[in-house]
Amino acid sequence: MITLEFVYILAGLTFAIFALLGLYDRTSPKRFGNAAFWGLLAVSMIVGDYLGDFGNGLLVLALVAIAGTGQIGRAPGGDVPADVQAERAARHGPFLLVVALIIPAVALAGTFLFKWVPGLADPKQATLISLAIGVLIALAVAMARLRPAPLLPLQQGRRLLDAVGWAAILPQMLASLGAVFALAGVGEVVGGLIGTAIPEGSLFGATLAFGLGMALFTMVMGNAFAAFPVMLAAVGMPLLIEQYGGNPAVIAAIGMLAGFCGTLMTPMAANFNLVPAALLELKNPYGVIRAQVGTALPLLAVNILFIWLFAF
Amino acid sequence: MFVLIGILIIIAGFLLRFNPLLVIMASALATGLAAGLDIAAIIAAFGKAFNDTRYVSIIWIVLPVIGLLEAYGLQQHARSLIDRMKGATLGRLLTGYLLLRQAMAAVGLTSVAGHAQTVRPLVAPMAEAAAEARNDALSDAQREEVKAFAAATDNVGLFFGEDIFLAIGSILLMKGVLDGYGYQIEPLHFSLWAIPTAVAAFLIHGFRLRRLERRMAQTPAGAETGA
Repeated sequence: MITLEFVYILAGLTFAIFALLGLYDRTSPKRFGNAAFWGLLAVSMIVGDYLGDFGNGLLVLALVAIAGTGQIGRAPGGDVPADVQAERAARHGPFLLVVALIIPAVALAGTFLFKWVPGLADPKQATLISLAIGVLIALAVAMARLRPAPLLPLQQGRRLLDAVGWAAILPQMLASLGAVFALAGVGEVVGGLIGTAIPEGSLFGATLAFGLGMALFTMVMGNAFAAFPVMLAAVGMPLLIEQYGGNPAVIAAIGMLAGFCGTLMTPMAANFNLVPAALLELKNPYGVIRAQVGTALPLLAVNILFIWLFAF
Repeated sequence: MFVLIGILIIIAGFLLRFNPLLVIMASALATGLAAGLDIAAIIAAFGKAFNDTRYVSIIWIVLPVIGLLEAYGLQQHARSLIDRMKGATLGRLLTGYLLLRQAMAAVGLTSVAGHAQTVRPLVAPMAEAAAEARNDALSDAQREEVKAFAAATDNVGLFFGEDIFLAIGSILLMKGVLDGYGYQIEPLHFSLWAIPTAVAAFLIHGFRLRRLERRMAQTPAGAETGA
């Protein structure tokens, strides 16, 4: 049976090759930093389960030391000239689009296949496993037809990842910070503070505090999942559900979505907000957040209103 | 109270634009120390969580395919498709993607599309081409905004579609937490109550996309135009 382990090994090998290609890129002034950074990430992917918690912690410290002191970065040059790209696009265009759609199509098909036919792959991880298989199929099809230099996909992939740089591991770092926050009881303290800020006897005031609290605490933690249990314990359960008799399904479901509005507005949700800015090579790292605030704020107001209208 | 120092470090660090990896590490250490943990325990807790969340970073395996296709002109092809479709305006294109992303997320297909898989190679270049088709003097700032909106549309579609699906993590979390208080609620109820917000998100973001299309049709006076 295929498990997530297969995907981790595939990712580890990809990072390992990126590290080697980086090391041999003599034009790059940061070749050693790049090689060490992606090499350590390869180690984490392939043997992370055998390093122990403290060993993994030391690996993270090394990654932070390399990236935090500016030892990684993209070397200039190496782009395929625009006119060559245009000429190739005219020849291969429709085929390229088909290959690009192979990845989502296989992810889609595999997700259903692995759930219906047990024993092939871990059904809980069906989409991630299918995504990896989709990548392999797309790569094989493209290589067979286009016949590029054998290392071209990996060289170009490495250049894209070098452009993303340290932001590539930011989501994983923030998720880990959340674990330390949970261990230290940050959530209970924040929930207590918000709980004391609510005016006595006001149903709308309590609803407002719950919705705003979900969004604000999500912005701090970068994740509505961390905010939900805290805000439910501080405001949702004692006031909205038990004192005012609100419908728990409405309060939970729409409260969570109020938290998602917070996710749209925070750099802490790096994989949604900062990573795409790097991937699209935007000049402003907060450009995606700026585009989202105008949707997030009115939608937050709508969510608070919905709880008030539908739950009571 | 002292454990809140980590939050202050994060906010100050992001505002002052220090390297976020350093800021996160400093915040984790300060929070852990304020809570009375020793350094080795903090490092171990951080390492364990880092290892447990590796799946977040496996998306980068798509980059060799994307890099190969882009070297052969995928972005140019995506643009030329838009040029040939006369009715494909910026607003219609992104609104269509919003609806598609919401619908796919609502049936549980959250990782099928995304910033690396679809936004960078397809949606962003198509949106840029659609904006250019109406404005041949698109400024660099406008180009940035169009690309940022392509990414934003992916996020809005994902967030306000996925909670309609029964087996998504957030629904299971809600069920688990409410179970702990003695309220037994079927996941279907959470799913159904996610629908009004999904509709509101589509209307609000769709309206903003229409306004974006109008804004991008004119170059602000004095703006530098891109190549």
